[in-house]
Amino acid sequence: MTESDQPHCDTVCTVRELHHDYGDNAALRGVDFDVLAGQIFALLGPNGSGKTTLFRLLCTLLPIQRGEVRIGGFESGTQPLHVREQIGIVFQSPSLDKKLTVDENIACQGALYGIHGGELQRRRDALLEQLDLTDRRHDRCEVLSGGLKRRVELAKGMLHRPRLLLLDEPSTGLDPAARLNLWTAIRAMADDGIAVLLTTHLLEEADKADRVAIMSQGKLIADGSPHELRSEMGGGIITIVANDVVRAEQMLRDQLGLSPQRLHHQLRLQAESPATLVPALIETLGEEAQSINIGRPSLEDVFIAKTGQAFVA
Amino acid sequence: MNSLSKPIEKQHPERSAMTAPAERAGDGMAAAWMLAKREWVRFFRQRNRVTAAVVQPLLFWVLFGTGLSGAFQSAGELDFLKFFLPGTLALIVLFTAIFSTISVIEDRREGFMQAVLVAPVGRWPVLVGKVMGGAAIAWVQALFFLALVLLIGTAAPGWSLIPLLGLLALVAVAMCALGMIVAWPMESTQGFHAIMMLGLMPMWLLSGTFFPIPALGADASVGQWILGAMMRANPLSYSMVELRRLLFPQIDFSASGFSPSSPVCWAITVIATVLALMLAWRLMSGSRKVDVIV
Repeated sequence: MTESDQPHCDTVCTVRELHHDYGDNAALRGVDFDVLAGQIFALLGPNGSGKTTLFRLLCTLLPIQRGEVRIGGFESGTQPLHVREQIGIVFQSPSLDKKLTVDENIACQGALYGIHGGELQRRRDALLEQLDLTDRRHDRCEVLSGGLKRRVELAKGMLHRPRLLLLDEPSTGLDPAARLNLWTAIRAMADDGIAVLLTTHLLEEADKADRVAIMSQGKLIADGSPHELRSEMGGGIITIVANDVVRAEQMLRDQLGLSPQRLHHQLRLQAESPATLVPALIETLGEEAQSINIGRPSLEDVFIAKTGQAFVA
Repeated sequence: MNSLSKPIEKQHPERSAMTAPAERAGDGMAAAWMLAKREWVRFFRQRNRVTAAVVQPLLFWVLFGTGLSGAFQSAGELDFLKFFLPGTLALIVLFTAIFSTISVIEDRREGFMQAVLVAPVGRWPVLVGKVMGGAAIAWVQALFFLALVLLIGTAAPGWSLIPLLGLLALVAVAMCALGMIVAWPMESTQGFHAIMMLGLMPMWLLSGTFFPIPALGADASVGQWILGAMMRANPLSYSMVELRRLLFPQIDFSASGFSPSSPVCWAITVIATVLALMLAWRLMSGSRKVDVIV
């Protein structure tokens, strides 16, 4: 969280102290982050972590109750129409009219953003070409595959050249090849200077982003590049499955002075050099240990370490 | 797929910051026009809707008109087939308006509406587009039916055809606005059907379309008083009286029960239309809760 403290000159989206309540339930409890131009920013969180609420607030679909959202220099709370010009949105549930063709859908989007005539033609041709949709442009959207539909959505979202592209769970319902295609397209847009913010509950997807913010219970519990976040976890993660977890935990604490984290029937340890620790573990636990695994830290480990809970998407 | 990584045109972030969206009413009109056009395209791409919209009222008219003609006596010189004609036109308009506005619920559920709601044009193009698009479909359909009727020779309005078309257009707009009022806060089409059967159909039935509005003389029973009062409170009754007058200009209706003057009928129709539009607008610009039903 080094660069987020000072707003950068290329900062496209700034979120400060954002709170949101549904009646008595607090969905967001003070969220802060920045998204820079050219950056892919992933909001990772299990269901119910508040990321959908955050997404809707960023989209201007929900009114801001407390806190501040600034996008492209405009404040969401007071200038939502200006903010809407700055953002392109790809919703999780498709926003295409299935009875219309790809071309007609994009023309619809154009009309909503005041783009028509020759300008619409030019931008549409370029986007369809770029997203490899040119040969499907006269097809009705109801006959397109999930991956193609998502790409048409992307074309719609990009038509007015937003500074911030918002994607809600972009990979949901796509097969691996289509996911890869989508990511190539998203990366190309980020390389072109667009700030991309996406929500996801997929760890491997968040791993591809430039920056990941992990959400849990309405708060950001970690924020940094995937590499930074993993480095915080040390060199590796040791996972011990024991016969009696409570007893095993006690043994590790008393005899080795370690402080393992207990998760269901597992004990987890962060270590700089896990391999050197293993012999001591085997000696101490003896028959008590069923298995001892060493792994490189993943974003899931970061989540578990910060929340003490399993990441259930 | 290498084509995905082709270079994109350079972005122009400064473009959007320059023009204030509020000043660009033209964009709003363009958006409304597009949404209206979309209603048309969707209508004609759903064959069953086209067929249902034309055949159903025709069926109603012929079946009820001929079936009930024996049991029907009291509407001046009109037999039931003629008496029921304005009601059939209203039914066409009502049904089409309902089916056009019910699509708001589908639009929201299928996700299309999300993209519209987050566009910088605001809400009014949604209302204008939906109402104008739906009303235009309803109007043309009513026209189609009317042409058929004129061909058969059931009615011969002559020059009064022009105000007749105007009145039909007005009623179509009012019905679509009413449809929007019902559809906008709804989460499901089932809810809409309930309101339709409990509210919109009785509104149609109680407007002098199906049976004449009872005269409230000294010999009228309590039931007739209640029914008569309800039908007189229904703005659609006034549109129907005027519609009937314009369809059969040769016939004098002044003696046959409820017949307010033409200016009164027009005024009430216009006021009801404006009120329905205003209420729909209020509803749409107000609550944000319904926006996120996805």
